[in-house]
Amino acid sequence: MPQSHRLPRGGRIDRARPLHFTFNGAAVEAYAGDTVASALLANGVKLAGRSFKYHRPRGILTHGADEPNALLSVDRGPGRVDPNNRATMVEATAGLKVASQNHWPSLEHDVGAVNDWLSPVFVAGFYYKTFMWPRAFWDKFYEPAIRAAAGLGVAPDAADPDRYVHRHAHCDVLVVGAGPAGLAAARAAAQTGARVILADEQAELGGSLLHETTAHIDGKPAAEWLAESRADLAALANVTLLPRTTAFGYYNHNHIVLTERVTDHLADPAPDLPRERLWQVRAKEVVIATGAHERPLAFADNDRPGIMLAESVRVYVNRYGVAPGRRIVFVTSGASAYRAAADAKAAGLDVTLVDVRPDSAIGAERALIAGVRHLTGHTVLGSTGRKSVTGLIVAPVTADGIIGARTTLPCDCAGLSGGWTPSVHLFSQSRGKLSFRTDLDAFVPGSSVQKERSVGACAGTFDLAAILAEGWAGGAAAARSEAARDFAVTPATPVGFKPVRVLRSDADPAKVRAFLDFQNDVTAKDIRLAIREGFESVEHVKRYTTTGMATDQGKTSNMAALGILSEALDRPVPQIGTTTFRPPYTPVTFGAIIGASRDALFDPIRQAPLHDWAAEHGAVFENVALWRRAWYFPQAGEDMHAAVRRECKAVREGVGIFDASTLGKIEVTGPDAAEFLNRIYPNAWLKLEPGKCRYGLMLKEDGFVFDDGVVARIAPDCFHVTTTTGGAPRVLAHMEDYLQTEWPDLKVFATSTTEEWAVIALQGPRARDVLAPLVDDIDLSPEAFPHMAIRTGHIMGIPTRLFRVSFTGEMGFEINVQADHARAVWEALVARGAPFGITPYGTETMHVLRAERGFIIVGQDTDGTVTPDDLGLGGMVSKAKPDFVGKRSLARPDMTLPDRKQLVGLLTEDGRTLLEEGAQIVADTRQPVPMTMLGHVTSSYDSAACGRPVAMALVAGGRARINDTLHVTTPTGFTAARVVPPAFFDPEGKRVNGIAGTNTHA
Amino acid sequence: MLLVTCPYCGARPEIEFHCGGEAHIARPETPSALSDADWAAYLFERSNPKGVHAERWRHLHGCGRWFNALRNTVSDTFLASYRMGEPRPDVSAPSDTSKAGAR
Amino acid sequence: MRRFSLTSLLSEAMNAHQGWPRQWRKPDPKPAYDAVIIGGGSHGLGAAYYLAKQHGLTNIAVLEKGWIGGGNSGRNTTIIRSNYLYDESAALYEHAVKLWEGLSEELNYNVMFSQRGVLMLAHNVHDVQSFKRHVYANRLNGIDNEWLTPEEAKAFCPPLNISPDIRYPVMGAALQRRGGTARHDAVVWGYARGADAMGVDIIENCEVTAIHRGPDGAVTGVDTTRGSIKTKKIGVSASGHTSMVMGLAGVRMPLESFPLQALVSEPVKPCFPCVLMSNAVHAYISQSDKGELVIGAGTDQYVSYSQQGGLHITTHTLDAICELFPQFTRMKMMRSWGGIVDVTPDRSPIIGKTPVKGLYVNCGWGTGGFKASPGSANVFAHTIARDEPHPINAPFTLDRFRTGRLIDEAAAAAVAH
Repeated sequence: MPQSHRLPRGGRIDRARPLHFTFNGAAVEAYAGDTVASALLANGVKLAGRSFKYHRPRGILTHGADEPNALLSVDRGPGRVDPNNRATMVEATAGLKVASQNHWPSLEHDVGAVNDWLSPVFVAGFYYKTFMWPRAFWDKFYEPAIRAAAGLGVAPDAADPDRYVHRHAHCDVLVVGAGPAGLAAARAAAQTGARVILADEQAELGGSLLHETTAHIDGKPAAEWLAESRADLAALANVTLLPRTTAFGYYNHNHIVLTERVTDHLADPAPDLPRERLWQVRAKEVVIATGAHERPLAFADNDRPGIMLAESVRVYVNRYGVAPGRRIVFVTSGASAYRAAADAKAAGLDVTLVDVRPDSAIGAERALIAGVRHLTGHTVLGSTGRKSVTGLIVAPVTADGIIGARTTLPCDCAGLSGGWTPSVHLFSQSRGKLSFRTDLDAFVPGSSVQKERSVGACAGTFDLAAILAEGWAGGAAAARSEAARDFAVTPATPVGFKPVRVLRSDADPAKVRAFLDFQNDVTAKDIRLAIREGFESVEHVKRYTTTGMATDQGKTSNMAALGILSEALDRPVPQIGTTTFRPPYTPVTFGAIIGASRDALFDPIRQAPLHDWAAEHGAVFENVALWRRAWYFPQAGEDMHAAVRRECKAVREGVGIFDASTLGKIEVTGPDAAEFLNRIYPNAWLKLEPGKCRYGLMLKEDGFVFDDGVVARIAPDCFHVTTTTGGAPRVLAHMEDYLQTEWPDLKVFATSTTEEWAVIALQGPRARDVLAPLVDDIDLSPEAFPHMAIRTGHIMGIPTRLFRVSFTGEMGFEINVQADHARAVWEALVARGAPFGITPYGTETMHVLRAERGFIIVGQDTDGTVTPDDLGLGGMVSKAKPDFVGKRSLARPDMTLPDRKQLVGLLTEDGRTLLEEGAQIVADTRQPVPMTMLGHVTSSYDSAACGRPVAMALVAGGRARINDTLHVTTPTGFTAARVVPPAFFDPEGKRVNGIAGTNTHA
Repeated sequence: MLLVTCPYCGARPEIEFHCGGEAHIARPETPSALSDADWAAYLFERSNPKGVHAERWRHLHGCGRWFNALRNTVSDTFLASYRMGEPRPDVSAPSDTSKAGAR
Repeated sequence: MRRFSLTSLLSEAMNAHQGWPRQWRKPDPKPAYDAVIIGGGSHGLGAAYYLAKQHGLTNIAVLEKGWIGGGNSGRNTTIIRSNYLYDESAALYEHAVKLWEGLSEELNYNVMFSQRGVLMLAHNVHDVQSFKRHVYANRLNGIDNEWLTPEEAKAFCPPLNISPDIRYPVMGAALQRRGGTARHDAVVWGYARGADAMGVDIIENCEVTAIHRGPDGAVTGVDTTRGSIKTKKIGVSASGHTSMVMGLAGVRMPLESFPLQALVSEPVKPCFPCVLMSNAVHAYISQSDKGELVIGAGTDQYVSYSQQGGLHITTHTLDAICELFPQFTRMKMMRSWGGIVDVTPDRSPIIGKTPVKGLYVNCGWGTGGFKASPGSANVFAHTIARDEPHPINAPFTLDRFRTGRLIDEAAAAAVAH
């Protein structure tokens, strides 16, 4: 496409750097500095998309972040396709492929436009009134049809090759918005030496000064003042300038989050650059200088392509050197459009200005448009054209509201101005209270809650000299300075307007479709319908009509909807209220929000000291909390079942070796350590001798088991506490909570030693044979070192805490050495164990072995509703101690009922069926649904040692049901199982002493 | 994200902290002396105020110390933070946010 | 009430929709009612609807301090399911799902209940055990819930990443096909319209400032910002503000109110066919009829009434979403918001009588109240009308915290060991 609408001169584009991109497959010529929107307009493209509901043809309405219409899919290469980009914010970049959305088969010819013909039915809220007959049609027909029609662009379906990063920063003053107010604020703050960050969503800093071609500031053209300001700021080391950076969220305690677009504007970005950078800034003070959004005017068919905001016309002409039309009609209720009309006229375009205000209300702005056709006291009754506007139908209105003869003003572009809405989004997000200004017909910042101030247009100031002065003072004040500065601006900014709702019309207002929310196709009559149906709260209107809920979040439309509501209810706007603004100000990619958090960085992976050895020896790993633990060690041709069977056999008959390093470890020391444990655990600790271990269940104050582990007394004032793998942090936190807040008088330290100690479990009848040659100074004989004892000494010259404990039922040791030495010790043990067939085993084998003995796993055999007595461990609970954590709760009425779920064993009657963990248990399979469930299977394994599957279960009144037959669910039905005590192999526990065990239950 | 002031370390971002719920609920001296209802009240009942809330925080990823803080639950503004064992400071909340709002 | 039908819709289309009446009146409060419900959300309005419809109590009012549906009813992610573990919970939520299935017809208001299926992902052995426990318990309770392999889960939800290389690979899933979503606002408006048609006064912008009790301790009425109202029965359905309202009657509650956040993406064409939840990585996602991805985040750690939480909570959720759906990093968050959820110590609700005669409470729904709306409202109405609980809500007493008979769904879901 040739640049049919490019003006011969002017604009900030770089005419020396032409580039091409495509729109719906057709080439578009552009210059560096263009946006996609300005380039499309330069190429004479008006039709840019289809609306959400009625599929009406739509063009470019705005020049910035508030664009509701021109939403495009942008393709930057494989995996880099994303929908719903505002053409006004996408910088024209060589090689981009952009495409319009929400139409079929094409933008020009869209069958969805049939909805436009059905619009008398498809009014606000019609969904709620229909699609109910017949009932089954909703899921099968109506909803799929509605969904297919809804949505805008197409979601990406390929993984994103781009990177996103986070940056955390602190500053004294964060200035949001680099228009005249923000620049002045940043300069004033920077002069004090304060650390300043100045961010702006546009590619170039400058805001409205980027299209200010007439004003002079302190005697210099605005562009020159802008260049100087930017240069000044760029030269300062205490200032960070962030163009292309949108402050989208103002969170608690001056936490402001911004997203910086780093590469989207680069045709060939360096591969090490992230696509976006999320800035999380904790600012001492914030200066909000976010400007204002112009409002369109509401009249019938005010949405045709070519109809845009008046100031946007000015921006395209002045900043981009583009004529959005050759014949432009401005319609305004205020002064600012006069400047736009004058600039368009100066660019050689045919200009007409229609002012809805009576002639008498027009002030000095009249002088700006000498020579322009000027209609005052007129209304607009409609527009002509379809895919592009061809004319506006206007008519005079008398003082008493009589509409005169219509005239059609031919045009190929219209610029609407219905006043300005200060951008109070960030202020409102900061929880500041808004106050209403009748003269602006808009909300402005009122009282602050956080440390921020608003300056310039976002605070309701529109005169450039005042904006600059306000910005300067605001920036200085934010930096704790009282510096003030006046600015001389010529000519004066045309300001002021008359608030209007829907433009006066002689047509039936119930039939006129005057669009307010362009993207969601909400018209003024939709708002009135909602009110008629009783939706009087602004939030109700919003939700019923969907006004303001599109991707632009109503930046151009909210005040109009509020105004109509105010008029209809005959209540002033402040009494109607406004909706709360919430982050984000403009849509933010998920990528920017998550940053680098993918894969391993999504959640850190914890690896035990012997992880690499296990990986080298073919271990399959499982996730346990943050840990990755060796699950089993398959040999060639083995599946998990075979590997586990082999590993179990080795432990029962020879010796196995297991990395238990993930066990939580806490060193509890101090003169009151024993007293502390005595209060924390339900069993007794005062009399435990140094050198001895004891198993402890830990309860929360509610009486339920929340962790367990073996505790060793190293010395009178030193205990080595172990916890479950996942439980270490919460156990330590639990201890600290009581130590610091309930019993600060106790002299105790609790220190995490989980990472310090590697734990090698050596288990099996031959464990001592393997270990003995490596231990330097500990007598391993059964007499000197019995079960549940702890010795300190050396192994291979390395200090160790050697535990004689068993979680397998076999005689065994847990060798604690400093993590750095773990691999050497492990490899030595493996070498020494070779003659005994030493076998590394994983967590699955550990589970099988412990289940054969009936040892519980907290979190698997318990679920936070289980007491010690439920586990059959009531005997561990001290009756003598007056108090311990959880004791009082155990005395509550429901904690002692006989029908509580109790831990039992289950053996399937067929001797073959492996129960599923989680399977439910009933007494009678013939009862009707819903059935009475007695409990569930908590652990279930195929046991080679027992020659059959074994299971543990929590069963209501289970201990009284020993030898009963119950029925357990299977994927296809039930299987019968006998209730037995929960210990299947060596129930007397003799094997821990290395004596050949007794037989199994089975 | 809140900015939480640890009385030992100063102001730090919230992710360094663990919030431990309402403060000044002391564990009874002799739990066995309490009725079931009183024990349940200790364990579970919370004032959950709309206004100033005294709450426990622990500087988990910092000094590890527990401390108490006063925060307005409407604005989320901290009014004070103080060490365990110190009495609750007398801070009066702005009147518009301290009233007991209810539907 | 003007019924919605094809005929009425078409005739109104010809009439430029000038004939639709208010969906609910805007009455001033009367001096006395037979019962007053405090809180105009889906639970409170639903209770009023069923009090009028099933118990003949029509001289009642719903008092809402703001606009109806402005609390959690209008701020949730609209997930509906009943595949809870414990019999008590399963019965309650299944009662709700059964009512959901006929709700549009019942109310003559399209609440857009969409049974697109709720898929809950298992990411470790512990999840597998826990979900199978749910699946089996649900089966015996007559509630549909099935176990899927990772491949079956992917077939049901094609965008899902079941690669074994992700941080927490998908090991399977539980699927409740009858679960899904509904249009939250429509539920509120539908109940309001239905209750109003039977004579219930729905009074907005009416904040309760006092609850009065007689010499026998029983409630006698309330003061509101719109005047005093006499009544012998008060049902409190005030979600996050329950502690404050109950405090007016001198009742301390086992509740804490936390910020809960949610967000939606920009609307896109259909790309996500079901509701997907992952407790382990903490993600809840579905796609609305408008095309937005609706994503629920977790609660902040502190009590707050601000309806605003920290970005790090949202971030954590989006981390999980993008881990499971790496193609979504280029999607954009369009809107985020917060609610105030009242949480009990056992994460199950309280629905029933209170120590104060004539005062009833329905609260503690935490993050899961929307799905229960019809069921909860229905049994709460029963409780208020009969002064005794319906069998379904009988276990959900306030007293269970004294006896220890908790219904701890959170504990049952447990944490990885």
